[in-house]
Amino acid sequence: MVKNFLKNLLKKLKFNPFSKKVHIKLGLYGPPNGGKSTLANRICQDWLGEELSSVSHIPHETREIKIKEQVSIRNRKGKELTFSLVDTPGIATKIDYEDFIKKGMKKDLAKKRAKEATKGVIDAIKWLDNMDSVVVVLDATKDPYSQVNITIIGNLQARNIPVLIAANKVDLQKSSIEAIKSAFPQYEVIGISAKYGKNIEDFYEQLFKIAK
Amino acid sequence: MVTFQFVPYQDLENLTSAKRINKLLNIVKDDKIVIMEGRLKKEEEVDLIEITMEEISSAFKGIELSVIYPDTSKLSSMQRVRGVFANILLGDRQGLTIIGPASIVKKIEKNPNKIELFTKEVDKRRKKDKG
Repeated sequence: MVKNFLKNLLKKLKFNPFSKKVHIKLGLYGPPNGGKSTLANRICQDWLGEELSSVSHIPHETREIKIKEQVSIRNRKGKELTFSLVDTPGIATKIDYEDFIKKGMKKDLAKKRAKEATKGVIDAIKWLDNMDSVVVVLDATKDPYSQVNITIIGNLQARNIPVLIAANKVDLQKSSIEAIKSAFPQYEVIGISAKYGKNIEDFYEQLFKIAK
Repeated sequence: MVTFQFVPYQDLENLTSAKRINKLLNIVKDDKIVIMEGRLKKEEEVDLIEITMEEISSAFKGIELSVIYPDTSKLSSMQRVRGVFANILLGDRQGLTIIGPASIVKKIEKNPNKIELFTKEVDKRRKKDKG
């Protein structure tokens, strides 16, 4: 009886000393076209039944921070993890509107996209400090030793933010999880295909390990 | 023609982070490729990207950046201790940073032991910068 009374009292006071931190911000970071938005959509589709971001083969499709609050996922043991999912623009060191023209865009739109993309990179960097945990999404078909990858991961490490590396696009023949593992041996690397959902259950299991 | 400008460690060691980044970016905006002795701090690297984005215009398309740094995990304990003392006494001069204007440098490919720099002018000719 006393136990039930205390339980109800704590419930009424909305206080649970054993509960985990409620507002975990889980960021998706990485270079452009690594598949951050595809992964964000996969997570939101799997657990909320809706999409978060638009995706495109043209780089810098995501040019502003997108947040989905209260995403709750469950692992195989039935444990629940709730977080705010933050999809960030791809971090790049160069943006040339002419590259968008080459992809078939009109000059005015290409210039606008380039301007928005530069702002997106700045916002993504500024948001680093707000993150509790980060999934760095890398294209497993590309060279992992790019300075952008190293700079992002180095800065997360300097800020003591737990990192999981998602080696995306493992459905493609050119992909190499091993190359990413050897470039970042101190981190957990999980190979996934965000587009087709390959290995996504293992990815969700890994999220529980980095969420603090 | 491609111009390289060497920036020794002592030219930067007494500057604030902002001044250090500005100095490097001004050289790059002058269409030169910076070869810097040592490396920026991790936070400065991300600041460099942020400031580069702020300065992008029709004339300045951004930068290509690469850092080559000795893999400390392969060093013996004694070498590591020696390295720490050297850094305290002389500053962290280890490594090499290359920053080039994106209008000239197409890409910088790196593996743990070498950097290959490809310019836009000499599209297919491989220019080995550091072997």
